[in-house]
Amino acid sequence: MKPIFMTYTKKDLINLAVCMVLSVLIIPTFIKTEYWYTSILIPWLCLALATIGQQIVMGYTGQLALGAAGFMAAGAFAMFNLILRVPDLGFVGSLIVSGLIAAAFGILFGLPSLKVRGIYLMVATLASQFFIIWMIDKFGWFKNYDSSGIITAQDIVILGKPFTTPLAMYFVCLAVTTILTLLAMNMARGSTGRNWMAVRDMDIAAESMGVSLLRTKVQAFAISAFYCGVAGALFAFCYLKSLEPVAFDIKLSFKILFMCILGGLGTINGAFIGAAFILLFPVLLNAIGNNVFHGAIDATIISSIEQVIFGLLMIIFMIYEPLGMAKLWENLKQSMRSKLSSSRIKNLKSSAVKK
Amino acid sequence: MANELLFFMEVLVGGLLAGTMYSLVALGFVLIFKASATFNFSQGAMVFFSVLAFCGFMQDFNIPFVLAFILAALLMVVVGLCTERLVLRPLMNASEDTVLMATIGLGYVLEGLAQAAWGVEVRRLDLGIGDFPVPWIADNLKLFISALDITAGLVAAIMIIGLFLLFKYTKIGLGLRAVADDAGAASSIGIPLKHIMLLVWSAAGVVALVAGCMWGARAGVQFALVDLALKALPVLIIGGFSSIPGAIIGGLIIGAVEKILEVYIGPFFGGAIEGWAPYVLAIFFLLYRPEGLFGEKIIRRV
Repeated sequence: MKPIFMTYTKKDLINLAVCMVLSVLIIPTFIKTEYWYTSILIPWLCLALATIGQQIVMGYTGQLALGAAGFMAAGAFAMFNLILRVPDLGFVGSLIVSGLIAAAFGILFGLPSLKVRGIYLMVATLASQFFIIWMIDKFGWFKNYDSSGIITAQDIVILGKPFTTPLAMYFVCLAVTTILTLLAMNMARGSTGRNWMAVRDMDIAAESMGVSLLRTKVQAFAISAFYCGVAGALFAFCYLKSLEPVAFDIKLSFKILFMCILGGLGTINGAFIGAAFILLFPVLLNAIGNNVFHGAIDATIISSIEQVIFGLLMIIFMIYEPLGMAKLWENLKQSMRSKLSSSRIKNLKSSAVKK
Repeated sequence: MANELLFFMEVLVGGLLAGTMYSLVALGFVLIFKASATFNFSQGAMVFFSVLAFCGFMQDFNIPFVLAFILAALLMVVVGLCTERLVLRPLMNASEDTVLMATIGLGYVLEGLAQAAWGVEVRRLDLGIGDFPVPWIADNLKLFISALDITAGLVAAIMIIGLFLLFKYTKIGLGLRAVADDAGAASSIGIPLKHIMLLVWSAAGVVALVAGCMWGARAGVQFALVDLALKALPVLIIGGFSSIPGAIIGGLIIGAVEKILEVYIGPFFGGAIEGWAPYVLAIFFLLYRPEGLFGEKIIRRV
């Protein structure tokens, strides 16, 4: 299909239009309960954004990284301090700058990727996870010398207007996520993404084709950390409404890793599918526990079962479909399409016979 | 001056002995990596799973100590069997990273199963070895060293020597090394791949159980063990993934350096630098000697 606008084809624009109508018009008119916004839609958008960050470094560039939550924490606390100390920047300005600060960390901790890969790199990125959380925890300045450990996030004010209702925050998250997702798709399809994928598929071959490994890898880590930083800031300001380093521990990093892998490595829509699945599945499991077994099963057992199922799914996907749910979706569409076209051919044949 | 030196010695020895605890966890990683070139990310979960099962058998079913230990060890053999059959065999030809991710999933499964079966509360594990300074050493050498640390050191030493001899001088060891080198070639000359894998995973499970007992006696049997076990990763990077002595030396280095840094530099930063110091140390090693102190140089073909 020919691109009609930048790298986007007609199909992409239709998809975008459908998504936009769905998220801007249909969801706000039909979903009125706050629970959906505060507990599902907002965290979904934030975590999907972080997962895109993870996708860039892991799915597109093939670097096994496990520190997304660390960069999210960097972004969140940078945001807090920027709004506190540099109020002139405004919300959007602070969001961009906190993303850049996270990106600086991403570059620093992405440097080992030049020498190592696989589990070695994973360990190096774990350093970022533990170091960033420790740094925020131990230096009071980052928390504005708050002794309680949990800081309330400031209200979101854009151009003098407060965005404090769940619906308003949902729109803030939606706007940021939409812009960054489009950008990510653009990068993934352009020369930037092609370089990433070349490095992923075979770094030495990519290098001999003139792709600079240094540039490509560091760029991927920086952009990934930028996405995670912005996602972390939104996560803290729109979802948690508070800032505490514990919220960004290694468990969140693993969660994002799972979203990325189960959703489908190397796909942008996989980030959204994966985030939705990991977020909604526990809700579903709790609902089953409450309604079918009427609370007979302990909540801790339910969360253990949830962990077992995530683990099993991870193994099953690795064995049968390493490309994740996005690929399953693609296969489903493909089989529908072929069924549709085969029935069309049958119709044509039968009408030809009649004639 | 003498006092300062004594204090330093105490910190150093304490660190070295605590390091053997990391070595014990790292040992399980090395075993599996040596025989199957697989990074088993679930080793930490195996430590947690095995020791929680051990505690569960002892405390919930009132099974005596030795029998409970044997039962837990048998359980780890079953886990090894299931892993080989259900996870590793279908992934025989998959890439390294895919297998690694599958073992992350396996870790999740083990953690979840352990908690579903035996609950989430912290359990105390009493091995009959106190975690307090040994009076004899305290009196004669003026060093305060915990009996538990010394036991962990001894257990680690015995296991290392045993495994080292096994790998170096027995037929099984030879088979293990052959499989690690080239699984396809090894199976074509008649080395039973299935049995080797089962053996290695069971051995790693038992090593995990021993490591879990040591950690559990110190810090209580709880979920935090999984995070502690993550520290075995920097140990492996320093020691080299495929070297049993490397796991020990790496553990000792990490244990000593993290304690010394914590005691002498930590106070300037508000403490708790133990949490990340091993990882940063590992990064420096990665930059200068990516294969670790004792690891084999990794040569990738294009």
